[in-house]
Amino acid sequence: MGKPETIIDKIWKKHVVHQEEGKPDLLYIDQHLVHEVTSPQAFEGLRMNNRKVRRPDLTFATMDHNVPTINRQVVKDEISKKQMETLKQNCADFGIKLADMFHPDQGIVHVIGPQLGLTQPGKTIVCGDSHTSTHGAFGALAFGIGTSEVEHVLATQTIWQERPKSLNVKVIGDLGPGVTAKDLILAIIGKFGVRFGTGYVMEYTGEAIRNLSMEGRMTVCNMSIEAGARAGLISPDQKTIDYLEGREYVPNGEAFYKAAEEWLALATDEGATYDHTVTIQADEIEPQVTWGTNPGMCVPIGGNTPVVADSDHKEDVKRALEYMGLEENQPITSIEIDHVFIGSCTNSRLSDLEKAAAIVKGRKVKDHIKAIVVPGSFSVKLQAEAAGLDKVFTEAGFEWRESGCSMCLGMNDDIVPAGGRCASTSNRNFEGRQGNGARTHLVSPEMAAAAAIEGRFVDVRNFAGVLS
Amino acid sequence: MEAIQEHKGLVYPLDRSNVDTDQIIPKQFLKRIERTGFGEFLFYNWRFDDDGNPREDFTLNQQQYKNASILIAGENFGCGSSREHAPWALTDFGFKVILAPSFADIFYNNALKNGIIPIKMEEEQLHEWMQDAADSQFVLHVDLRNQQISDEKGNVITFDIPEYHKEKLLNGWDDIALTLLQENKILAYEANRN
Ligand code: SF4
Repeated sequence: MGKPETIIDKIWKKHVVHQEEGKPDLLYIDQHLVHEVTSPQAFEGLRMNNRKVRRPDLTFATMDHNVPTINRQVVKDEISKKQMETLKQNCADFGIKLADMFHPDQGIVHVIGPQLGLTQPGKTIVCGDSHTSTHGAFGALAFGIGTSEVEHVLATQTIWQERPKSLNVKVIGDLGPGVTAKDLILAIIGKFGVRFGTGYVMEYTGEAIRNLSMEGRMTVCNMSIEAGARAGLISPDQKTIDYLEGREYVPNGEAFYKAAEEWLALATDEGATYDHTVTIQADEIEPQVTWGTNPGMCVPIGGNTPVVADSDHKEDVKRALEYMGLEENQPITSIEIDHVFIGSCTNSRLSDLEKAAAIVKGRKVKDHIKAIVVPGSFSVKLQAEAAGLDKVFTEAGFEWRESGCSMCLGMNDDIVPAGGRCASTSNRNFEGRQGNGARTHLVSPEMAAAAAIEGRFVDVRNFAGVLS
Repeated sequence: MEAIQEHKGLVYPLDRSNVDTDQIIPKQFLKRIERTGFGEFLFYNWRFDDDGNPREDFTLNQQQYKNASILIAGENFGCGSSREHAPWALTDFGFKVILAPSFADIFYNNALKNGIIPIKMEEEQLHEWMQDAADSQFVLHVDLRNQQISDEKGNVITFDIPEYHKEKLLNGWDDIALTLLQENKILAYEANRN
């Protein structure tokens, strides 16, 4: 046996096409995911230089960022419409498979990749979207790229990458009842900050990670970028294999068993070393709520907003509180909301919707609140409907929508108005993210559901049924 | 990409850290299918009020920074979304150099691909210059070839930039053309790939 290696080393080694002293490595890309917002200029660049897409077979496109979630037939916004038509034309011209707005495979790009089995352990996966780190949940090396890089991958199926440093995010112990993958990743970012992962690929390890479902793992890896890391991943195990078996783009029969063996062998070896390790105690984590304008600005539900004078970054804290319309030292449970958004590539999968539905079942959304549920993909929507979840939500007063990115970034009509306050299961609470002047609080689906019922943030663990 | 060897220009100080790409270019402007024309939307929600009128309290709107082409910002500049619209907006507005204590990874790459020089530098000098630029019109001279920045007070500092990035900026090289020089290796890799 050779030297013990991390999964990052193993995947990297397998994908180096060209290596030269003093330069980044040229890496081969196994899967390129494309969406309507960050691709038009890349295709335009190909046309201008008379270039083709090198591997249309390794490229897959969908529409998610600005698709309407009601009345799909009419895209009112002419520019959005043009962007979607452009993607359609580009995919037709360059021979790329496209799941457009009406296709059964349509959905948020980071939801459909795993769902279709395009996402597999050991693959290098890129997309013109920073939350591509989501796919790392399967033990893939997946990261977001800019549009010039999208063009580069389309033309060459490769990318220049500096060999990243490795960071072990070790989660000790297990999460308590009612504490979710979302709380875990928020607590990690809250503890270590929004840039501790810069320059690293993170691997999440430890008991709590092993115990998460694949969907929970996706939630964790999804937000790696909010810690500054381009990629975050988890070594594959039997859960990974079980999730993938039978999916459309996964090999079947004998080939599947052979693949599964190779996938399991990718897991980080006992004794492998990382460039850096951080640890966090899972059993100390409580449900989290962000109070500020970046995901690191979060506290446990029982906590308060910070006191400016006590903080290390006074100006930032002051500005954030001001933008958020909050007092210093204000109890989180005193914050009243007027919008609830359950959706996004972080928390819009079937289990997310099931957990939120369990909270709202038989209860009513507070009067003045606009609450929407946006399934991550068309297929998630169908499955949820088959389980009757749509009824649970609509009877409680939620709107049940078509799949897409929706209120995560408000490129379509799903916007939080200026001064509005939203409990959101998405991943970014940046100024203006959900709408100009909108205030976002990031939470788990369970916490968002409970906030919808109570009209303010509450500890979901006090809801009947949650702890049983 | 246009080659850039050196640049002398007026400095605009943006004393904020974790400036994310949602601030640099808000999502409502991501729907264009061109690479140009994003400059007028740069920092839109900071520069303009709800009715689209310039906000006087946002300093970039002040006359003295009208021709600024060097941006000094706080740490972790360009975090968040991978949107290359951010560097497109910055170049289109006229910025050619960005100085910050640290950059987000994706933004750093995106900037380089668009002929912007992102320079990581020590907080101390950076803060001095940020103050200088806040007080009056302040000019810096960035010499990429020699990796030096000088001000008009006689301060000269050197900066680091990976050699291959420097080469590409100096020559304005197209990445794809460079990669295709390795096409044989890509073919060989593909032949072995199962
Ligand atoms: S759901 Fe939000 S974060 Fe995820 S891909 Fe869509 S816009 Fe980006």
